[in-house]
Amino acid sequence: MNILRPEFIKPAIKDSFKRLNPLMLMRNPVMLVVEIGAIITTAVTINNIYDGLDFSLALQVSVWLWFTVIFANFAEALAEIKGKARAESLRSTKNQLEATRLTAAGREEKVSAALLRKNDIVIVNQGETIPGDGDIIEGTALVDESAITGESAPVIRESGGDRCGVTGGTKLLSGIIKIRIAVNPGESFLDSMIKMVESAKRQKSPNEAAMDVLLISLTLLFLVVVITLPAFGRFMGVQISVPVLVALLVCLMPTTIGGLLPAIGIAGMDRVLQHNVIAMSGRAIEAAGDVNVVLLDKTGTITLGNRMASEFIPAEGIDIQKMIEDSMYASLADETPEGRSIVVLAKKELGIHGRDIRQPEGSVFIPFTPESAMSGVDICGMRIMKGSMQAIKNLAQKEGFTVPDKINDAVDHVSMAGDTPLVVVRGSSVLGVIRLKDIIKAGIANRIAQLRRIGIKSIMITGDTHLTAASIAAEAGLDDFVAQAKPESKLDIIRKFQKQGNMVAMIGDGTNDAPALAQADVAVAMNAGTQAAREAANMIDLDSSPTKLLDIVEIGKEILITRGALTTFSIANDVAKYFAIIPAIFAVRYPELGIMNIMKLASPESAVLAAVIFNALIIPVLIPVALRGVKYSVISVPALLRRNLLIYGLGGVILPFAGIKALDILITLL
Amino acid sequence: MSVYDIIALAVFLLMTTGLAVLLGGYMKMVFSGEIFFLSPVIRPVERGIYRLCGIDETKEMFWKEYSLGFIIFNIAGILILGSLQMLQGMLPLNPQNLPGVKWDSALNTAISFVTNTNWQGYGGESTMSYLTQMAGLTVQNFVSAGIGMAAGVALIRGFTRREAKTIGNIWVDLTRSVLYVLIPLSIIAAVLLMSQGVLQTFHSYVTAGTLEGGKQLIPLGPAASQIAIKQLGTNGGGFFNVNSAHPFENPTFISNLIENFSILLIPMAFVFMFGFMLNNKKQGRAVFLSMTVLFIIGLSVILWSEYKPNHALTGSGFYFTENMEGKELRFGVPWSALWSQSTTSTSNGSVNSMHDSYMPLSGMVNLFNMGIGEVIYGGAGVGFIGFIFYVILSMFVVGLMVGRTPEFMGKKFGPYEMSMSMIALILPMITAVILSAVAVSVQPGLSGLNNPSSHGLSEILYAYFSCAGNNGSAFAGLNANTVFYNTTLSVALLTGRFATVIPALAIAGELASKKIVPESQATFPTTGILFVIVVAGVIIIMGALTFFPVFALGPILEHLSLNSGGTF
Repeated sequence: MNILRPEFIKPAIKDSFKRLNPLMLMRNPVMLVVEIGAIITTAVTINNIYDGLDFSLALQVSVWLWFTVIFANFAEALAEIKGKARAESLRSTKNQLEATRLTAAGREEKVSAALLRKNDIVIVNQGETIPGDGDIIEGTALVDESAITGESAPVIRESGGDRCGVTGGTKLLSGIIKIRIAVNPGESFLDSMIKMVESAKRQKSPNEAAMDVLLISLTLLFLVVVITLPAFGRFMGVQISVPVLVALLVCLMPTTIGGLLPAIGIAGMDRVLQHNVIAMSGRAIEAAGDVNVVLLDKTGTITLGNRMASEFIPAEGIDIQKMIEDSMYASLADETPEGRSIVVLAKKELGIHGRDIRQPEGSVFIPFTPESAMSGVDICGMRIMKGSMQAIKNLAQKEGFTVPDKINDAVDHVSMAGDTPLVVVRGSSVLGVIRLKDIIKAGIANRIAQLRRIGIKSIMITGDTHLTAASIAAEAGLDDFVAQAKPESKLDIIRKFQKQGNMVAMIGDGTNDAPALAQADVAVAMNAGTQAAREAANMIDLDSSPTKLLDIVEIGKEILITRGALTTFSIANDVAKYFAIIPAIFAVRYPELGIMNIMKLASPESAVLAAVIFNALIIPVLIPVALRGVKYSVISVPALLRRNLLIYGLGGVILPFAGIKALDILITLL
Repeated sequence: MSVYDIIALAVFLLMTTGLAVLLGGYMKMVFSGEIFFLSPVIRPVERGIYRLCGIDETKEMFWKEYSLGFIIFNIAGILILGSLQMLQGMLPLNPQNLPGVKWDSALNTAISFVTNTNWQGYGGESTMSYLTQMAGLTVQNFVSAGIGMAAGVALIRGFTRREAKTIGNIWVDLTRSVLYVLIPLSIIAAVLLMSQGVLQTFHSYVTAGTLEGGKQLIPLGPAASQIAIKQLGTNGGGFFNVNSAHPFENPTFISNLIENFSILLIPMAFVFMFGFMLNNKKQGRAVFLSMTVLFIIGLSVILWSEYKPNHALTGSGFYFTENMEGKELRFGVPWSALWSQSTTSTSNGSVNSMHDSYMPLSGMVNLFNMGIGEVIYGGAGVGFIGFIFYVILSMFVVGLMVGRTPEFMGKKFGPYEMSMSMIALILPMITAVILSAVAVSVQPGLSGLNNPSSHGLSEILYAYFSCAGNNGSAFAGLNANTVFYNTTLSVALLTGRFATVIPALAIAGELASKKIVPESQATFPTTGILFVIVVAGVIIIMGALTFFPVFALGPILEHLSLNSGGTF
């Protein structure tokens, strides 16, 4: 989004004047002091005019001090307007909506979407827009979420399970669903996001509060330096006028960072939104920059989620064709992704195309139960079963047959490679082993390597066996893994890492992820996830993309770097301003001190003015930096520091010398 | 200045550093409560003290308890020492029959000694009885240093402990620092100094006939024992008025080396102890290097300006290649310069030459050293504390610039740590600047001045910087034993002490309760050269930004006009 669009600039300018109200400036003490300074110099100007004294310097200083405040206000207003525009465009779709609400009596009534309250039940028909955030309680739906995610492929949401969450403003493409609304008006994620880009309602992050402490302390320090200066001056026989003192104070105070600080925070939130992430607080984003451990679910994050059949290994003396055929029959009615992948592979191996495969007469599907841990088919009393080695062994024991050693070897062989073996049995004879392979997502290894480079350890959590987990972890380049984890153990794992002093990030979507999300320092919930997960999290990823964390970490770091860099720049600027103003004040009485006028500024008045003007103009000049943020790059920490110190520290010392000199030449020419 | 002088200075500093490393290791054992070779001798005494005072040495304290202990101990010290001075006329061990000290001077002296400053508005030999010197001043020389070290140790515990509520027991830390560190070292130093002829006697003052036939009263006293602790405990309060320039306090070149060594020893050792206690020797080394960079810069400026010919004297027919005014011939320029840099960098404050007579830029270095809070090695314990505030400030900016919540040694800093650090850094600075501004504006302040203009300004600044930094050295040339100076300087003294130590203990309590974040690739390595440079840079910048305008009117203007042949 181009920040210089006129529809942003105009209201921002109007706003910058409104914000001159001291009550509104209370939140920004540095700028409040500048405004008080401006009021004082303005009073001096008026007084000088009234007394018929020379007022040109006082007037010019006053004008530029007012501009300093206005420029700072402008930066903040611009960031706010820009952020709000993005959030509002999401919300506007929602507000004009009508919803069909089910009353307690079961009647349907039309209400405005804005009036929906928590726990209201609404019905959404095909082609309608979903009126509010909530959970599907009945039905399955194909939802177009492009309005908020920009992703054109529709997604499936259904009641029960972990994919029941829907967001207001998205469109229902097919199906009829009942939704239980999860939030009251003004409490939705979008609402909280809008609040975060409004500076008056925004809660400062701890880093921002610490930064405020620094800026206020420096302001106080320079206030004392400037207020005591007339006393030392008088002792040495030097008179210093009030406008010059105020000018010195404002130049020394960290006005550059003080003026841009709110804009940096707001713009950071806006950048997060740009990545289709809704954050609940600035604190969460900044914490992302500190994360050093991230927990990743294997399924859906690292792997494609489903294991796919990749090989049939027949037992000794069994015809491979026969084994494949039986495996296929055992899976025909199996709707799990694994089951379907067996059918697909079998068809390929057998050279069968299309749908010319039919269930044999009299076959009954035996579904998977947790007790048997098997599924299969019963064809006229002959059972073909498939299940884990353990399940088949149990079956063998019960029915009194033995599993051949060759099968044991094959199973071990498959497991060793990190894949999942599935044993197929017909009656009491073991037919062979199906190899199920986890498919690792494209590009995941690269992302994990990137995480490692910025100092984040990735830990995979999986319910799989140790061997399977180890193999996948090795393939994806993970730092560590926790195998045979139950959903509940995520919480314990997070606590364990936090106990060691780590900042833990976690990405989750399921209801059973909620406690772990609540415990994690940075918790990202998938937009597709359940309401419970979304409530426990401090960020919602609208794209439901599990590797989004990397972007969030970068934005978090960029916000901090921008603040640090502009603070350094602001303080580094003081050197040149001292060399402009101090000789201007003292060299008239003590010409020896003229040696400090190393910029050879024309006159004391032009020196003071040039410093004040530079101090004011640098704020709008740096607005783009504040809004875009100082880029974070994945290089070593000392290298990053050296780079930023060089640009903003050394640059901050040198630039104002050139700038003030140039302004001085301009002033003398005019 | 010859190459040999530079080599000699370097050898001296290296040897001091070497011994400081050893002492740092020893002090780590002391404060960790380990058992070692001195334990059989000192431990029974230590236990006896605890039993006598009813102290439960196993009881750990929260930071607020620790601070309360610190405050109570300091206030009690002020009351006792103040009364002792005012009543000394009626008390024994007063062979000269010196009268009781006036209230304002007594108050100022009491605060000054209790805060480990030892600013002396009076002349020691002509004011204080032997009893006051020994039972009052000398006792404070030990305990004011001891309790400063205790506070420093408590701050270190804030970094070493994880998720703890307490930061140690102040009475135990105090007792140990006195019994195991200060007393043994003082005994060694006192014996060495006596071997060089430093006085140690209870004899009353003697009268000598001078060459002109006049009579001169020569003050005596038990000096060696007090000088040992005055240097080791970064006290600096002289037994005699001219302090360590006095031949009875510092008679030979060797005694000068011993004393200068004693000034630097504990402050340096404290830094190494920090590394040992953290189990991170490299961190101790990095902090030490950062301080050393600043020390060498300051020393170089002093040497450079003391070896520049004084333009004011070039016309007099003499040609001086060095500024010997105010310096003792037995020490010469290099060793006077080293002392002046040492005494103002640590918060010692004793002098072996008159800082008032230094070239303006040397005086500015001294002012700067004190103004930044005496953190270059710093006072016993408290100098290290001051340095840590700068480290927190530096790491705050560094942390942000590398995109992390600021941290140091695995402890994250938030608004609380920043508030406390900024209070501790700024309050003493602004107190010194404000009080100096008052002093140059009111009659009672101006009447104490012997010099006008820039030099007079430097003298007043020096007094307040010295007191707010708890240094205690004086620029001389300012008569500060007046009600105005005694009271305003007392305010500076108290601010310098409490505004440093209490925030440090608060930070210690807060940090101790935090977890220790393990190091990762995203952590800024705080043991490298970049850390050394950044922290030293932040200290220079903070000091320069605060003091530039007033230094421009004081030492810088004096320097410039001296160069162009003018004087004030």
